[in-house]
Amino acid sequence: MFSKQQMAERAAQEIDDGAVVNLGIGLPTLVADYLPAPTPDGGGVWLQSENGILGMGPFPYEGDEDPQIINAGKQTVTIVTGGSCFDSATSFTMIRGGHVDLSILGAMQVSQSGDLANWAIPGGRVMGIGGAMDLAAGSKRILVITSHVAKDGKPKLVAECDFPLTAKGVVDRVITDLAVLDVAGDGFRVVELAPEVTLDEVREKTGAPIVD
Amino acid sequence: MSKVKASVAEALEGLSDGASIMCGGFGLCGNAEALIAAVAEHGAKDLTLISNNAGNLGKGLAVWLEKGIVGKIICTYVGTNETLHAAMADGSIDVTIIPQGTFVERMRAGGAGIAGFYTPTGVGTVVAEGKEVREFDGREYVLERALKADFALIRAHQADPFGNLRFYRTARNFSPIMATAATTTVVECDELVTLGALDPDDVHLPGSFVQRVVQVTEHENVIEYLKTRPRP
Repeated sequence: MFSKQQMAERAAQEIDDGAVVNLGIGLPTLVADYLPAPTPDGGGVWLQSENGILGMGPFPYEGDEDPQIINAGKQTVTIVTGGSCFDSATSFTMIRGGHVDLSILGAMQVSQSGDLANWAIPGGRVMGIGGAMDLAAGSKRILVITSHVAKDGKPKLVAECDFPLTAKGVVDRVITDLAVLDVAGDGFRVVELAPEVTLDEVREKTGAPIVD
Repeated sequence: MSKVKASVAEALEGLSDGASIMCGGFGLCGNAEALIAAVAEHGAKDLTLISNNAGNLGKGLAVWLEKGIVGKIICTYVGTNETLHAAMADGSIDVTIIPQGTFVERMRAGGAGIAGFYTPTGVGTVVAEGKEVREFDGREYVLERALKADFALIRAHQADPFGNLRFYRTARNFSPIMATAATTTVVECDELVTLGALDPDDVHLPGSFVQRVVQVTEHENVIEYLKTRPRP
């Protein structure tokens, strides 16, 4: 099994030097710990926060927090050297216009055709949409990082989502605690198994075919 | 007639029942705190509130909800806003939740004289239900309409007497766009500077989008989720 930290570390390996990346709320935020910070030559990884930062840095040192510098989860953050602030229209021009190289998002369900459901559970309390639908529809590439099964044991990787969709056909790759899998249209293709996890276990806990 | 007003009460002149009001802020960050508090005391009701979050932790716009002066809300995220959850549960407020990029683009269109636009966001989801979906170059897009309001209540870091504005960090968010989409934009600025103090190249929002300015030097600046790391 991959621990949450190992999932985040594995996700970080998917990111190219110089990339602009948006990290969703929850598990995806852990990925930041494994990313190279922006470098003086403009390389490294540049984190975009949809409330209006390109070049988001780590949490501030105790006592340095600024209530007017927050991330999209409304937590206090910092801005890296070379970072910029902008309004929400510019932010979503970046997101929807394909100027974010990769978004790493959490999920409630992912289908074999890449449909993503990550904003509402039927009958559950509606938390809202926020930037999720725009990130899902507009990012150049979508990586999902999630537990392989839900808390109730039901598969999150399914043939077809029955939760309300965030976007259709957008997910490229999924990193779970059991494996790294690609969306294959007729099922999921295993790219990599977590330590001590068998293909049979992945097959058993996936609600869609595992294909070659 | 000067745009600069002596008080928040004066800055809200003409506000009446049934008004639609855009309020800047990402959660509580960047709220026009004094203007929001003044509307709660004003007496106007049946308001339509257009704002990303409609308050949180019982603060900011959550006070409007508790006072029962809001009839309708257009927002993008509810999250931990228990006041809004309660209003949705008992049906006392008509709440419409839309994607954040669509939310800001609808206001951008409203301010820019564009009636509507086609966006890929929301295609194949509940957001597209009942709306025209059209294919362009092999991809589907949903038609969204422009959004305007009677008032925009926004906070800026600096303003000059013509209403030229500079914002600070992530307090900017939706505010400059809302300013373009409202009939009357009221700015609560931390600092009122003299005309010419802002370099022309450094103005974030030109003064033609601003009708009223009021200086408010004290702000609560609530942190919703304080996160820090230990010093090395």
